Amino acid sequence: MGLLATVLAGLCLTSGCETVNHLTELSTEIACASGAITEDQATSINRTSQAVTKTFQDITPEQEYYIGRTVAATVLIKYRPQPDQNLNRYLNEMGQALAQFSTRPETFGGYHFLLLDSDEINAFAAPGGLILVTRGLVQCCRNEDQLAAVLAHEIGHVEKMHGLRAIRSGRLSSALTVLAVEAGKNLGGAQLAEITKAFDESINDIAGTLMNSGYSRKLEYEADAAAVAILKQAGYEPGALVAMLENMAENWDSSRLDFAATHPPPAERIAQLKKAKVKSSLASNDARQQRFLAATKSLR
Amino acid sequence: MKKWTLFMGMALLAGSVWAAREMSVQVRDGQLRNRASFLGTVVGTVAYGDRVTVLQTQAGWSEVRVADKTGWIHESALTPKRVVMSAGAGDVRSGASGEEIALAGKGFNKEVEAEYKKQNQKLDYTWVDWMGQQTIGAEQLIQFLKQGGLTP
Repeated sequence: MGLLATVLAGLCLTSGCETVNHLTELSTEIACASGAITEDQATSINRTSQAVTKTFQDITPEQEYYIGRTVAATVLIKYRPQPDQNLNRYLNEMGQALAQFSTRPETFGGYHFLLLDSDEINAFAAPGGLILVTRGLVQCCRNEDQLAAVLAHEIGHVEKMHGLRAIRSGRLSSALTVLAVEAGKNLGGAQLAEITKAFDESINDIAGTLMNSGYSRKLEYEADAAAVAILKQAGYEPGALVAMLENMAENWDSSRLDFAATHPPPAERIAQLKKAKVKSSLASNDARQQRFLAATKSLR
Repeated sequence: MKKWTLFMGMALLAGSVWAAREMSVQVRDGQLRNRASFLGTVVGTVAYGDRVTVLQTQAGWSEVRVADKTGWIHESALTPKRVVMSAGAGDVRSGASGEEIALAGKGFNKEVEAEYKKQNQKLDYTWVDWMGQQTIGAEQLIQFLKQGGLTP
């Protein structure tokens, strides 16, 4: 701990505290998820080094909900839903149960899941908890624990508000200014147009990140760390995330436009998880395996 | 001894004053439970903007009182900001900052969503609305976990 504090102090002087805050949170999350430090120690380290970046944090959960709805609707322009009642029910049971073990179990509208009719291996977490998973990704999972790892990773993106972080700085300032000035009265046409413009830009930033450019490696590792913590708390096998990434590595083709375009190579994520002592595991149990096979029957 | 008792009493009073702080509900529908866990029985509900008094906190959960109800709710459902439900209300006029208040229904809202949809005809919220309706009850979630040999 003493060494960690010294390193962080040094980084703060050389790299700026914002970077340090991010690094601090990431290292404490992974250390905490792998059991190297306690949750209390992690909370304490993070609390004392919290960033003051406020832009995306100024978005209320209610506004995050409306952003998330339109991001999901934008994803659904490109991808069709797969109305498999059993599988969608199973995804919602598992996903909503997992969300209870995240550090952010409550969002304005709650966590909800939908299967997409696509062979691509991909998933999209819209802000606020609307999570869309492709058939191809579900087919990549060999057991319930691996599918839980996929959902927990997406819940991690929601928990850490990665979608909102994708909004470029400056996008919201005009909308927030309108709100501050016009708070006491109903918005007129000009103000509505200005806020709708900021909304449009924000949606484009988030949907573009989810579907085209992808998050930074740092944020993907953060979501992996959150997933490990969620899986552990829920009683799933955390190593299922590594096993799942190994399955993805078998299908890795950097020319593909799905997860290969928006995620770091699985080998890099596996290496990161191994540093945190999370090892590949195919363990599950009979009850989980049976219901997994029953729910995904239509995909085989 | 008397001085010690008085000191302890004052310390306890100060502690309870500190603990009993006001928060607002920042989710659309919140549930109060009989213990600090989502496995606890639901003993009441709270709505967006409700002001609650926090009685004590425990591992990410707060025991709150609202009107005549008391129960536990996860801290992610609460904000220290006052949620103002209508424009022009007292706090808005007094110039409270965004740090202190959140304007319910303002900013990115239903009206902005409708305006945005007008400009983007391809957007269809049918399945988004459907997703929002897929809510699994607390009992069923517990059953799902138990059946899979998971926590609890």
